[in-house]
Amino acid sequence: MAGHASKQIDSKTLWGGKISPFSTSYGKLMMWFFLVSDALTFGGLLVAYGFTRHNYGGSWPIGEETFNSLPFLGHGYPLIYVALMTFLLIVSSVTMVLAVEAGHRMDKKGVIKWMVATIIGGFFFLGSQAWEWSHFIHGSEFGKVELADGSLAVVKGHFGEIENFTVTKAGHHHKVDETITEDVMHMYQHAVAEGHVHNNVITLHDGSEARIAKKDNSEMKLLVKESGGTYDKGTVIEGAEAIKMYEDVVNSGDAHRITYGANLQENEYGPKQYGQFFFFITGFHGFHVFSGVLINILILMGVVRGVYHKRGHYEMVEKTGLYWHFVDLVWVFVFTFFYLV
Amino acid sequence: MERDDIIEYSLDGHHSEEAGVKIRKKIWFVTALLTAITAVEVILGMLIKQDSGAWPFVKWGFIVLTIVKAAYIVLVFMHLGEERKGLKYVILIPYFIFMLYLIFILLWEGTSVGETLATYAS
Repeated sequence: MAGHASKQIDSKTLWGGKISPFSTSYGKLMMWFFLVSDALTFGGLLVAYGFTRHNYGGSWPIGEETFNSLPFLGHGYPLIYVALMTFLLIVSSVTMVLAVEAGHRMDKKGVIKWMVATIIGGFFFLGSQAWEWSHFIHGSEFGKVELADGSLAVVKGHFGEIENFTVTKAGHHHKVDETITEDVMHMYQHAVAEGHVHNNVITLHDGSEARIAKKDNSEMKLLVKESGGTYDKGTVIEGAEAIKMYEDVVNSGDAHRITYGANLQENEYGPKQYGQFFFFITGFHGFHVFSGVLINILILMGVVRGVYHKRGHYEMVEKTGLYWHFVDLVWVFVFTFFYLV
Repeated sequence: MERDDIIEYSLDGHHSEEAGVKIRKKIWFVTALLTAITAVEVILGMLIKQDSGAWPFVKWGFIVLTIVKAAYIVLVFMHLGEERKGLKYVILIPYFIFMLYLIFILLWEGTSVGETLATYAS
């Protein structure tokens, strides 16, 4: 009997929202929808990264060459630090899921214990990311070098320590024969980048000139990343030749042939888009971790005050847990596509 | 202050002590698995360089392992595996359709843009 209602349904039953088709509460459902939209944002960012990398003509930086340092231990540990960060975030995701599980048993003490562990894990991750950013921004001791033929090379090796500068020509601040030992590395890199080093003599900010006392660099390797007139990308220059070529550029007095560290305009690891994507993607993720920690702290305060226990369920913990797991989920993808491949 | 005219779905998640033991066992298993996968990825990355012949396989291996990790996080840690079928697919299907399309179209376009730049820009 088309067009004929067989049973009268009053509008209250129909639109009163009594039954959820998904058997979940409104809050949890909306958290899921929010996460889908947020996942699309991150998906868009990572796909944009893939697009840029795919149409880029030169060679793109390799994660294990760029990220190979550990705090206090120096270089030569490819990806170990990021792997530790990944492990840290996985562990804090586990403590979160244990908090949710404790909530399902109405175990208030358990929820508090595991949420505190999660928050500590979150702070550790944020600290690790701060170190990673600082390391990325300050860069290596050698930087990236533009060789005589116009090719660009990433430099690996052992940097000979700078002992001091001996002033040979007075400026506004420094007098002749004065020995400068403080902050020499910083001044050296700045002068090299600006082309203020010439025949082992550095011109300082105040206009004075000084002779550089520096140990020799050793075990150097120049990995050519962008082809020039002589060297094609993929070429590796080693040994005495590499040392000499690098020294020549340092002492050439030309500006901007050596780039240290990274900012939004340029970086020593590869094309500038690489640095921009690094800052934006890990930064956006880090911001999610930060807000996740804050939300966890707020919910923990509610747990401690017994708000959810009185309510009869710990669904708020479950909802903030969903957000926290999502942050871990995103990092799994960032780890693969930014660092591994 | 419970209202009997509203179904309280928030209480569905509750389980007993015995069930909790089982659930925790599963959580620790997934933890060990995710850690092991991450360790394997790092070791493979160290052993096989990007210029070696085996790299394409390793690269695809990384991508598969990532999706395995993501699946465990979403289905176990986020409990999506235990939700209603309807909810599961409302979350997963639109996401996969959009992402697969986006990946396909941008890699396609990326190749084309790259070729154009190689031909005309230099």
